[in-house]
Amino acid sequence: MSTASTTRLTLPLTALFAVCFVAPLCVLVALSLAAGPDGGVATIGHYAAFVGDRFNASILFDTLWLGVKATLVCLLFGFPVAWICARAHVRWQSVLIFLVVLPILTSVVVRTFSWIVILGRHGLLNQIVLGLGLADEPLRLLYSEAGVIIVLAQVQMPLMVLPILTVLSRIDSNLFDASQALGAGQWRTLWRVAVPLSMPGIIAGCILTYAASITAFVTQTLIGGARLIYMPLFIYQQAVGANNWPFAAAISVIFMVAVLVVVAVLNGFGRRFEKHV
Amino acid sequence: MESRRGHELHLAGITQRFGDYVAVRDIDLKIGAGELVALLGPSGCGKSTLLRIISGFMPQTEGKVFFDGEAVDHLPPNKRGVGIVFQNYALFPHMTIRQNIAYGLEVQRVPAARLKTRVDEMLDLVHMGEFAERYPRQLSGGQQQRIALARCLAVDPKILLLDEPFGALDKNLRLDMQIEVKRLQREYGITTVLVTHDQEEALSMADRVAVMSRGRIEQIASPTDIYDRPETLFVNQFVGSTNVLPGIAGEMAGAGQQVTLACGERIALAEGSRLATGAQVQVSIRPEHLTLQTAPLDNAITGVIKAVMPLGPQVLYDIAVGDGTDIKVSVPRKRGDEFLLSGTRIFAAPVPPAGYRAFPV
Ligand SMILES: Nc1ncnc2c1ncn2[C@@H]1O[C@H](COP(=O)(O)OP(=O)(O)O)[C@@H](O)[C@H]1O
Ligand SMILES: [Mg+2]
Repeated sequence: MSTASTTRLTLPLTALFAVCFVAPLCVLVALSLAAGPDGGVATIGHYAAFVGDRFNASILFDTLWLGVKATLVCLLFGFPVAWICARAHVRWQSVLIFLVVLPILTSVVVRTFSWIVILGRHGLLNQIVLGLGLADEPLRLLYSEAGVIIVLAQVQMPLMVLPILTVLSRIDSNLFDASQALGAGQWRTLWRVAVPLSMPGIIAGCILTYAASITAFVTQTLIGGARLIYMPLFIYQQAVGANNWPFAAAISVIFMVAVLVVVAVLNGFGRRFEKHV
Repeated sequence: MESRRGHELHLAGITQRFGDYVAVRDIDLKIGAGELVALLGPSGCGKSTLLRIISGFMPQTEGKVFFDGEAVDHLPPNKRGVGIVFQNYALFPHMTIRQNIAYGLEVQRVPAARLKTRVDEMLDLVHMGEFAERYPRQLSGGQQQRIALARCLAVDPKILLLDEPFGALDKNLRLDMQIEVKRLQREYGITTVLVTHDQEEALSMADRVAVMSRGRIEQIASPTDIYDRPETLFVNQFVGSTNVLPGIAGEMAGAGQQVTLACGERIALAEGSRLATGAQVQVSIRPEHLTLQTAPLDNAITGVIKAVMPLGPQVLYDIAVGDGTDIKVSVPRKRGDEFLLSGTRIFAAPVPPAGYRAFPV
């Protein structure tokens, strides 16, 4: 196919991208530079206001840090799940994959309220913990960061498992056999062969989970409650509650840049491994 | 090179089922210390399955595996001390050549200084010293194979298993690598099982060849015996090529038994044939074991030349015999020889005269 016709074929997608992504982004940046709610002279005052207030900065930091913790928990459970899926018999594989993608197939609201039932003061988890005598008082899971991390990790699990599974199942299984024949046990094989070779999948999974976790407005708000404020809620409060759209736009831009930096770092890390696969 | 004593491998009554399908059936095989045995057979006959059982990756349905008389069935693959070279080499792509060879030694916690000497020694052994810091994907197929072999031998395995190791190499390189592997195997005195579907490879490399078909060993013998004294028609047809002529067994006449062929000839079999008189048999004779003459010959089949194919060092004649079947005769080509012409009536007789072998149907 000629270059000209290829270009023409990509036009619809380019147009869609421009209208739905680039244009709103421009509007957002323009809005963040407006002096007052009705527009006016361009100013970086809102950016200065955000940076100047320690409270704002701590929300940004908490949010990015929440993302890191949720991603790590997700990876901790997601990698073994992907590993088991990849090595399972074909028949079991489809069952396992179905279980893994199940969270995506259920509605956010249903999913979140189920978790509230499980994590609440008199919820399922606490009844088990108290019943087994593991604690004297109910654990505070709902409206705590621990609760938010648990739920985020579960909900984003498919985003972690699927990229890792894709890479793992492309690895030649003779490599695992070769490792074992050379005397390595399962754990060493996992650590020295499977993990390094699935690094591109791990990194892709981490980027997806991270981006999804820090922007998960519903989960963060319903499980975290009103006392735990993360960036999505903060932006919402400024825009809808305080009706301060330019400030909300400015912190959105800051949030976006902060996320892009994290993603870029992860990506750069991933590139180092790509050449081997 | 220090010489080591190899280890004995004994497979006793090994059977492997996958559901109802029997992939390997009641295999008994004893391989002596330092011996190289080739498992030769068509694709799907159970060769790789047998290797996976020896290496411990697949627990067999029945039977036992012994190394030096000790059962190893309870040992997982990483405790058996079996070295495997895979058809695609399976070098770790994210490690350099040096790291690949060091891998098994690190598992054994060999001290750093000894480890380095050992890796260098292995690199020298396969003449790959200058490639130590490269990655596998930067090497050619033959080079990767040398490294796979070095990685294997570095940990001093008891048994070496080679699964179609030359399959991915082109013809010239294959021959070089076969010679090289044979040299290393000899030098190390390591007991080796070579899996292949290439008869030349099996015949040229192995001390003994086990011809397999549908999960069974049809015959295990020296390459010479496999070629010259096949015990079954399958072995005869799979190793080398042969003419097969149906017939009916007759009386004993002197040393050999008489057979009346479907094409009408009566011939005498090689010594030692004891087939029931009147039984349906398949008579087999290799193209290169026949000689052609226009004058009558003892114990010959008569026919008419249909086609003449000069194939470099040999000339192949396609000959129509009595009942419309064809036989092929391969004659060494000497300088100045004239070819026999198509349409010539000739006599094809075995050298030595009683070279026909017969198998019951
Ligand atoms: N894990 C397995 N499950 C079911 N059937 C198998 C399995 N492994 C091998 N087989 C079957 O066993 C037979 C022998 O296979 P294999 O040992 O790989 O043959 P070869 O190496 O001689 O080509 C084949 O028909 C194959 O389909
Ligand atoms: Mg095979």
